[in-house]
Amino acid sequence: MKLKRVVVTGLGALTPIGNTVDEYWNSLLNGVSGAAPVTHFDASKFKTQFACEVKNFDPTDFIDRKEARRMDRFAQYAMVTADEALKDSGLDIEKVNKYRVGVIWGAGIGGLETFQEEVTNYALGDGSPRFNPFFIPKMIADIAPGLISIKHGFMGPNYTTVSACASSANAIIDALNSIRLGTTDVVITGGSEAAVTAAGMGGFNAMHAMSTRNDDPKSASRPFDANRDGFVLGEGSGALVLEEYDHAIARGAKIYAEVVGGGLSSDAYHMTAPHPEGIGVVAVMKNCLENAGLKPSEVDAINTHGTSTPLGDVAELKAISKVFGEDAYNININSTKSMTGHLLGAAGAVEAIASIMAIEKSVIPPTINHSTVDENIDPKLNLTLNEPQKREVKVAMSNTFGFGGHNACVVFKKLD
Amino acid sequence: MSDIASRVKAIIVDKLGVDENEVVAEASFTNDLGADSLDTVELIMEFEKEFDIQIPDDQAENIATVGQAVKYIEEAK
Repeated sequence: MKLKRVVVTGLGALTPIGNTVDEYWNSLLNGVSGAAPVTHFDASKFKTQFACEVKNFDPTDFIDRKEARRMDRFAQYAMVTADEALKDSGLDIEKVNKYRVGVIWGAGIGGLETFQEEVTNYALGDGSPRFNPFFIPKMIADIAPGLISIKHGFMGPNYTTVSACASSANAIIDALNSIRLGTTDVVITGGSEAAVTAAGMGGFNAMHAMSTRNDDPKSASRPFDANRDGFVLGEGSGALVLEEYDHAIARGAKIYAEVVGGGLSSDAYHMTAPHPEGIGVVAVMKNCLENAGLKPSEVDAINTHGTSTPLGDVAELKAISKVFGEDAYNININSTKSMTGHLLGAAGAVEAIASIMAIEKSVIPPTINHSTVDENIDPKLNLTLNEPQKREVKVAMSNTFGFGGHNACVVFKKLD
Repeated sequence: MSDIASRVKAIIVDKLGVDENEVVAEASFTNDLGADSLDTVELIMEFEKEFDIQIPDDQAENIATVGQAVKYIEEAK
């Protein structure tokens, strides 16, 4: 059976540095940090008091007030970016076979704020179980694709992938494979997360996973810098319309890039710590290249997982050196998390969008906030530090790794 | 309008996102005000909270209109 080709025909983004794809991309090129003091709740007693929040977002600008009230923020974000991506794709929803349009979404956690509110109310009560009937349907991670399908009538495959910070890369790979195998013509994919809540911040703080640079939030996310001290929690959503190549050509769609492969692996090592030699990360990039039928020398750019944690960043770069050998020195390596913070389950989607736009615009967004060389990092690697770099990008790879040891890697290619 | 009626109305306007003018005594939550099964459960819970009463499930089933809600609460208080 010959696999179908899959292309990207629509994009949507709601991020800490821009509420549309255009705003997001401009901020990436301008090196804008999305970090600022937390506004969603009172964080004054928390070790970390800043985050990369979505800004100037009023759900009722996009969603009917009653509907918005029935959605956790992570689902609101999903709805808004799915709409942007669908509009961008130019897909005529009335003309497609809706049984062959799927929604495969990613969320690492889901409705954490809803969970926190409901459980807190219960704890403050007299023991009577006064849970809101919307508690479960608002919280569950799969409600986002459910709501997208309800709005547009898409009746193909519909579910959420959960693999922590690799969730939306898993979703993109499932979407790719669904179209490749001929099960669907179009899949709305991507991911969303809204974990900037007391429970989210407190939980990650307890793991000593997050930066505590409260005196200078904007420089806190500093992947590959010697003084990095953990990730910065972000939130938001990214959406992509993936489409079977002939289906896209037949309707004269604008094509951003081809999705040529995906790789998956597991560290099988520790709940939260990355394997020090990055063996699972080596495997995932090798799997991805093999799946795409690409040689290491063909890769122009890698948007790393690069969360700005002491262990993870070094392990990932070691893995890149192992997989790419001497070719690694010709690759533009970057971490857009230096600007967006870590969007957890939405990271794979918004970072895939950055890779696709790098192909489209022939420029690599920078890794900002780098000032001190880390001696554990090979100085010959081009980490795209502090300034964007122009170059033709034919092949761009995007890495994501999740707590639990989940690794997912997606590769996009300029259409021949 | 009684105090109870106006408080009931405010809850319905807030939870169902409907216009105040639509919330008349004979209006049915599901047929006239666009409520689904989850909305109606939420409304009953809000009435219980607002008026500090308990509405058992078998009684809640008989509260389908704005007027029936007001009447039930007036009798329960």
